[in-house]
Amino acid sequence: MLTVNHFIILSAVLFSIGAVGVLVRRNPLVMFMSIELMLNAANLAFVAFSRYLNNLEGQVFVFLILTVAAAEVAVGLAIIVAIFRARARVNVDEVSELRG
Amino acid sequence: MDLIVFFLFAVIAVLAAVGMVALRNPVHSALSLAVVFISLAAMYVLLSAPFIAVAQVMIYAGAILILFVFVIMLLSPGVDQGQGALRGQRGWAALFGAALVIELSVVLGTAALPLSRGEFTPERIAQIGNVQAVGAQLFTTYLLPFEITSMLLLVAIVGVMVMAKRVRV
Repeated sequence: MLTVNHFIILSAVLFSIGAVGVLVRRNPLVMFMSIELMLNAANLAFVAFSRYLNNLEGQVFVFLILTVAAAEVAVGLAIIVAIFRARARVNVDEVSELRG
Repeated sequence: MDLIVFFLFAVIAVLAAVGMVALRNPVHSALSLAVVFISLAAMYVLLSAPFIAVAQVMIYAGAILILFVFVIMLLSPGVDQGQGALRGQRGWAALFGAALVIELSVVLGTAALPLSRGEFTPERIAQIGNVQAVGAQLFTTYLLPFEITSMLLLVAIVGVMVMAKRVRV
């Protein structure tokens, strides 16, 4: 019997893999992909709870998150391209001038 | 039957997600991410949310991933080498990741979920249609967030144009 817990635990696992990806990788592109993975895990939890509660608001939220993710990726990749233009290497540890 | 489909796609999604983090070449990571997105679309079909499933394939696997691959090809950053900057970063990350999995699974798996169910049972959604039901919600109760989303997209477009412009020194 497929319950909401199956989906929630899958969502937790995917979120954690995304979090580990952000911590482990130093390539901003792959870190960005890990952030997308975390957003997707949250979406899965939203849809699972929406199905469980017989309530469509979770699906509406997922739709809004999709657009926010698209905007975020566009802006983030533009920043990465700008950084790459300035220093021709992409490694987040080398971009630390803003550190206080 | 549902269980078989769930576990099939769950295993595919988790393996592809691990591959995305572990693979050294960013292009391989992007392709693994595509596999994760499509498996999640299958999950949405299982959860009787076909609209979200199609939107997932179109927006994530289509638009966002193409953008990633485009930027990877544009920058050709090559294969990552070496450790992270901090000593023992990988070990700590794996440790905290495992702790996060256990914590989230225990808390979410054992949480007392509310039993008050809404009106949109799968039978009712099948009667009025998933897209119609979501669309009705989106354009009545959630009209303001929807319009704010369009503003957000406009701001993102303008911001990307400003950043992508060559800066004159």
